[in-house]
Amino acid sequence: MAHANGGSGDEQKKAAAAAATRSNKYDRQLRIWGEHGQGALEQASVCLLNCGATGSEALKNLVLGGIGNVTAVDGGLVHESDLGNNFLLSAENLGQPRAKSMAALLQEMNDSVLIDHIDASPESLLDSDPGFFARFTLVIATQMRDRSLVILDEVCRRFSVMLLVARSYGLTGYVRISLREHAVIESKPDNTVSDLRLHRPWPELTTFVEEFNLETEDSLVHKHIPFAIILLKVCEEWRSKHGGALPSTTKERSEFKSLVASKKQAQDEDNYKEAVAAASKVWSPPSLSSEVKAILEDGAADVDSSSSDFWILVAALKRFVASEGGGEFPLDGAIPDMHSFTEYYILLQRCYQAKAESDVSAVEAHVRSILSQLGRDPDSISRAAIKHFCKNSRNLRVLRYRSLAEELGLKEVGAKLQKYLPFEGDNTNYAIYLMFRAVDRFAEEFGRFPGAMADETVEEDAAKVGAIAHKLAGEIGLDGGVSEELVYEFCRFGGGEIHCVGAVVGGIASQEAIKLVTKQFTPTAGTLIYNAISSTTTIFQL
Amino acid sequence: MEARWRDIDFLLQRPGKLVSDGFEPGPEVCSAAQCVCLVIGSSLSLQLREFLRDFKILVIGAGGLGCEMLKDLALSGFGNIDVIDMDTIDVSNLNRQFLFRMHDVGKPKAQVAAEKIMQRIKGVTVTPHYGRIEDKDIEFYREFQLIVLGLDSLEARSYINSIACSFLEYNEDGELDMSTIKPMVDGGTEGFKGHARVILPGFTPCFHCTLWLFPPQVTYPLCTLAETPRSPAHCIEYVHLIQWGQDREGESFNPDNPEHMTWMYEQALKRAEQFNISGVTYSLTQGVVKNIIPAIASTNAIVSAICSLEALKLATMCSKGLDNYMMYSGTQGVYTHTVSYEKDSSCMVCSPGVPVEVDSSITLQEFIDMLLLDARFKDKLSKPSVSFQGTNLYMQAPPVLEEMTRPNLQSSLLSLMGSKGVLNVNDRKLAGVLRVQVAFRNVPTPMAV
Repeated sequence: MAHANGGSGDEQKKAAAAAATRSNKYDRQLRIWGEHGQGALEQASVCLLNCGATGSEALKNLVLGGIGNVTAVDGGLVHESDLGNNFLLSAENLGQPRAKSMAALLQEMNDSVLIDHIDASPESLLDSDPGFFARFTLVIATQMRDRSLVILDEVCRRFSVMLLVARSYGLTGYVRISLREHAVIESKPDNTVSDLRLHRPWPELTTFVEEFNLETEDSLVHKHIPFAIILLKVCEEWRSKHGGALPSTTKERSEFKSLVASKKQAQDEDNYKEAVAAASKVWSPPSLSSEVKAILEDGAADVDSSSSDFWILVAALKRFVASEGGGEFPLDGAIPDMHSFTEYYILLQRCYQAKAESDVSAVEAHVRSILSQLGRDPDSISRAAIKHFCKNSRNLRVLRYRSLAEELGLKEVGAKLQKYLPFEGDNTNYAIYLMFRAVDRFAEEFGRFPGAMADETVEEDAAKVGAIAHKLAGEIGLDGGVSEELVYEFCRFGGGEIHCVGAVVGGIASQEAIKLVTKQFTPTAGTLIYNAISSTTTIFQL
Repeated sequence: MEARWRDIDFLLQRPGKLVSDGFEPGPEVCSAAQCVCLVIGSSLSLQLREFLRDFKILVIGAGGLGCEMLKDLALSGFGNIDVIDMDTIDVSNLNRQFLFRMHDVGKPKAQVAAEKIMQRIKGVTVTPHYGRIEDKDIEFYREFQLIVLGLDSLEARSYINSIACSFLEYNEDGELDMSTIKPMVDGGTEGFKGHARVILPGFTPCFHCTLWLFPPQVTYPLCTLAETPRSPAHCIEYVHLIQWGQDREGESFNPDNPEHMTWMYEQALKRAEQFNISGVTYSLTQGVVKNIIPAIASTNAIVSAICSLEALKLATMCSKGLDNYMMYSGTQGVYTHTVSYEKDSSCMVCSPGVPVEVDSSITLQEFIDMLLLDARFKDKLSKPSVSFQGTNLYMQAPPVLEEMTRPNLQSSLLSLMGSKGVLNVNDRKLAGVLRVQVAFRNVPTPMAV
């Protein structure tokens, strides 16, 4: 193994140096999604359809982030107009295939990414070799029309490939994910409320709290008792005087806070200030979100042998909640910082962590039992995975998307869009949604986008596409029409791809892609419309 | 029509129906904001393209936002871009600052960025400035028609804001001379979140008007760090703020020096072990000590593009402008919120004047003493110079001027000004000018004849 000249030592040094460079290069993003997230990105295989401004921007961000491999697909040649909106194409590429030309600069941006290109149109691939798409984790389809998207969506669903649609059109754009089901364990909500269980301490916590005395004469100790312990003790006192109940009315809650404040012995006791400020945690413990409740009630939680690991874990969670949990979820175990002696805090922390650990064990038992019952290997889900699930159980998310055939066939879309109208105000983002459908129908009929020709046809085209839009609105039963100004604007755009708008839409698309691939954070549940005229966005669940 | 600009020319060369409609404050700003008001109309043809090519625009920062902004502006038709940045390229920049390569590490960001943009996009001139924004003369900034900010610090934003607002000229009635507005577009990002805003000093809130938008920095109480640490961050900050000064007295801590950082980490680890605290890592140590903000390509791309689009709208009025603040969050779906904040009418930096009421008998010296004690200007003044409508009332420097204006100190302020009005206060500590709106109490009424 080791060579006489120390060759493998050199290789090891090289490998170590490469690893250090990689950590250094990705440092700012590792801090967001961690090594496991980065690993998921590096394993992913992405296909980009159409290498215009939007597509190239989406891909640029993914390549910089270290995506595993990408394949760019485009049937066009580099045209003069590409030089005005696409950073990845330059004058020396004129007349050459777009996909091939883009791949070259992209590679320079990150030599760790495997970059390939197919010089053919997405539509021709869909036609001649739909199986081509099966190899990818994710397909990002940019600047494609409704008709082709419907076909692409069906192909992707057939092969269980995730689809992300992104399009920019003048000063507007949209992004839409399409897949059957995406389960997120690590949704990482912005604000997490720590679960202190002040309203329901478990036996070990109660025992631990007994060691502390709020009446102690040692003033140093007194002002370093963590606020959670203060609250637990005051709860006990309250309960003993109120037949076991916790403060419920506004008056009682106010009395409770006064009771907490009365335990203060000196002015500078920050821990008591913290306790008063945190008192509401006693009667308003963190509640379960409607999303999580819905997951527990979801039909997929009635597992069978074909169920995914995620749903097996949900089924185990349900059993836990119904038995050992007594209605509570597994304890997360994290506690906020509290003004306290280090020793008290560490011991308190260990108490919470021990309870979290024992909840994990209980859930684990259910997992193994369910797997056995389903005739599957009981050890197929690791304890580490179960622990990860338990820690994040309050923040689970499941997203499901309607097929594009259904949505773009405009079934029920009118009724759904209608619901947004009262909230839109001056925003006419729902009308932008309609205009996208209208311009595609115009293109089907006339072989070009409205206003794509010389200025003189803009007025004529506006009349035609306006008529299409109004007809559509009527067909789907939408009250709000499309304003004349907006119809005109769409014709003014001439179907053009503006770099800045492509960068926003492509940027959002790349971000959604990262969330889908890493399974962290929550992808957008619906069609996102970007309105660069008013600088607003709206998400329509259609 | 130049074929290259086909797609954006649909916007620039065609009239629109949703252009600067409802964009406050309206057509007057159009004439001010960019010297030549070019209304989109039939006479346009090539004028707007040439106008953009020569439009003098400054990008501050050539990092995560700056690189994207340079690309976006160049691909929007801006042909005369300056960029300033004091940093050199680091390996950790490469996950998002796409103009830089491994072999560029160590070189000045502004210079490499300028080269790369000009290489790839023909016809644009990007002039780099490698240095600090504070080292440029105020006249440097006056030349630009628009300033786009891709900064990562409060202090830098504050500085540029003061400079831009110092160009404002108000008349005695507090009315703004529109031609003195220096528009700014400001972008910021952190992880999946960011913001883009348009600042028209004197109209929309300036950076100082909305200082409350920025959350305060996290600091830990000294007693926690020294006596009762509970988290890994406490241990790290103790070593950073207290132990370094004790153990390595006289040595200035350099976070980019690997030996310094390693020492910091090892000491923090030791301390954590003493207190049974787990979780101190080298990565966390760096993060806490350098106040590292997580950053990714996508958010920077989104925010920069929104900012650049606003710059294009400001320059050409080709569409409605952002009025005036857009926040973006991409963690849970995509959420944006666009809001029109209002300026602070007595803002220290952009308003016609911070109101001060004095007795009519007050002397200039007494007035200056009063300013120094005013809580609103705490720490912002040291040796203020005062002028009124272009006349120097008292100048602290140079010695010749100081001697000439010294007698004024004993004169009554009211006699020097003639009536209530706005004084301009300059000070070494101020980046721009402090306008003070002086009102007098107990003004003696003229004797009846």
